[in-house]
Amino acid sequence: MSEPLTLIDRLWSTHEIARREDGAALLWVDRHYVHEGSFHAFSQMKARGRQVAEPGLTFGVSDHYVPTRGRDRAIANPEIAAMVSNFESNATQSHIGLFGLRDPRQGIVHVVGPEQGLTLPGLLIVCGDSHTSTHGAFGAYAFGIGASEVAHVLMTQTLWQKKPKRMRITVDGHTTVGVAAKDIALTIIARVGADGAQGHAIEFAGRAITALSMEGRMTLCNMSIEAGGRCGMIAPDANTFAYLKGRPYAPKDAAFDRAVAAWSALASDPDAAFDREVTLDAAAIVPVVTWGTTPDDALPIDANVPDPARETDPARAAYIREALDYMGIAPGKKLSDITIDRVFIGSCTNSRIEDLRAAAAVLAGRTSKVPGLVSPGSSTVKRQAEQEGLHRIFRAAGLEWADSGCSMCVGINGDLVPPGERCASTTNRNFRGRQGPGARTHLMSPAMVAAAAVNGHLSDVRPLLAGRKL
Amino acid sequence: MEKFVRLTAKACPLTQPNINTDQILPARYLKWPRSRGLGQVLFQDLRFDAEGREQQNFPLNQPTWRDAKIIVAGRNFGGGSSREAAVYALYDYGIRCVIAPSFGDILSQNAVKNGLLTAVLPEVEAAELAAAIADDPALPVTVDLERQTISHDNLSYGFAIDPVSRSQLLNGWDDIDLTENHRDQIEVFKAKDRLGRPWAIPTTA
Ligand code: SF4
Repeated sequence: MSEPLTLIDRLWSTHEIARREDGAALLWVDRHYVHEGSFHAFSQMKARGRQVAEPGLTFGVSDHYVPTRGRDRAIANPEIAAMVSNFESNATQSHIGLFGLRDPRQGIVHVVGPEQGLTLPGLLIVCGDSHTSTHGAFGAYAFGIGASEVAHVLMTQTLWQKKPKRMRITVDGHTTVGVAAKDIALTIIARVGADGAQGHAIEFAGRAITALSMEGRMTLCNMSIEAGGRCGMIAPDANTFAYLKGRPYAPKDAAFDRAVAAWSALASDPDAAFDREVTLDAAAIVPVVTWGTTPDDALPIDANVPDPARETDPARAAYIREALDYMGIAPGKKLSDITIDRVFIGSCTNSRIEDLRAAAAVLAGRTSKVPGLVSPGSSTVKRQAEQEGLHRIFRAAGLEWADSGCSMCVGINGDLVPPGERCASTTNRNFRGRQGPGARTHLMSPAMVAAAAVNGHLSDVRPLLAGRKL
Repeated sequence: MEKFVRLTAKACPLTQPNINTDQILPARYLKWPRSRGLGQVLFQDLRFDAEGREQQNFPLNQPTWRDAKIIVAGRNFGGGSSREAAVYALYDYGIRCVIAPSFGDILSQNAVKNGLLTAVLPEVEAAELAAAIADDPALPVTVDLERQTISHDNLSYGFAIDPVSRSQLLNGWDDIDLTENHRDQIEVFKAKDRLGRPWAIPTTA
């Protein structure tokens, strides 16, 4: 009898071309996504006088630097304009598929790939971006790589890798009302730590995971990297196939049925062994927010921020003191007493249609006490949200409805949180200065951001959901 | 790529945990070409205040450590974004080796491709080493990749590194050259794979 296999074992072996003595394997890459940040890689490729090996498997998306307002005008900042135009001319010269600034399908790479049916189960997907883990939601082996590796993939469509260790995170049972995929993700990260899954491929399993929509699964896999994981993945199922059916680049008709038959085998054997297992009870997960400067600083909304004076480990106490100092929060303060200056709804973590619906369900008929920006994950999501009238809810609440891009998640297009300001944000990183120098970020779900907007302070969304259609 | 075999240099302690790539190189410098000198903005927001004045208490600003080639870091150094420019910034500043209890996976991968060694030392030993340099800032520290040791005076620690990274650094291998040797295998794989997984090719919209 052959040894029982995990999902990552299966994905790994279908892509292995060769193995070196030291254990590194040369893997075939099925999809390579590139964005404006790939310029180092394109220069490396040109310096060697090489070309893109498989332009048909390479897709470019303009997202990190694109403006989210005034797209009919030229980009004012010349450096930013150059980033976008250099990228788009690199893509065009290389004959790769391009979802450029003015393409109706443009958006954040991790939203566009799945939405266009480019991301499929069983694929090996890479991109020069750590949140490539998002695509694992479809049962793909998807991970972020650096510029030298991007250059290598451009030139050869392959990549040298060592096999990650296997970790399974099982979330059993059912979540309660008001608990979103983001709450599951942050709860997991708080449990295992920001580096807890280093060197591991995470497989998410359990009743609460299979109950998630594809949007929710993408949120969860997206955040795998914030637990230090190399990638996150979920075995594909009927939900996955239903999401993909009819997507522009997905297989069609009989080819789709044959693909589904192959994809259905992509699961871990029941008796397969993992290097590490973590189990959580979904019923115990409540809405959470972060208070500090790494994503594992997440606590239930009814908790208080830690007090360094009550911490026994001196290194931990020093960290808490510095984090609270940066965040401008008094030790031991009640989380729900923390007032905010603005909100941001967007990023590859939480900007899909379901995320916008969840925020709009809270905001409908209410106003935001603070200014805020809503940037849909893609231009396609934007159109859909407008068809559903969600943009009117955001605008009526006093929030700005903008175009799609990475926007205030990282601020490199100029959408910044001003120094010292506090932002309730649906993004994935609360690092110092992530949303701009001196910016203070609290991570949470879209519904929780909406609740913070309505109350002007960090808040439990659940009371605001009473009597609402969800 | 430059090989890494052995290095003796000053080491700078930077022991707070979770120094991520946003701290190593803030996002606003990502549009800089490498030729503009990324070393000068390494740890920009930790090294300098908003007005561009040096932060006195930041270790790399101490006179003895300005020209350190080794950093002794805290747990989870370089987690976060995949930006390889963070490694360019370290390297172009002059850093050739970072020692820490753990590293972000992508940062370690990027480091290897650029001849920067990331050496894993258990938390207690890393803290001991950091304390030793804090006591004697000019203490020369030797990192020997062949023997996988870090030593100073009479003390020596064995460090961990994955064998793939080790062989790559010792040989100064270039991935592209290595891959070229497998060109035939790639072609065979591709032909077979297209038959076995026809659905893996995107259909044109
Ligand atoms: S939205 Fe944020 S996390 Fe996602 S790809 Fe863009 S910058 Fe990275």
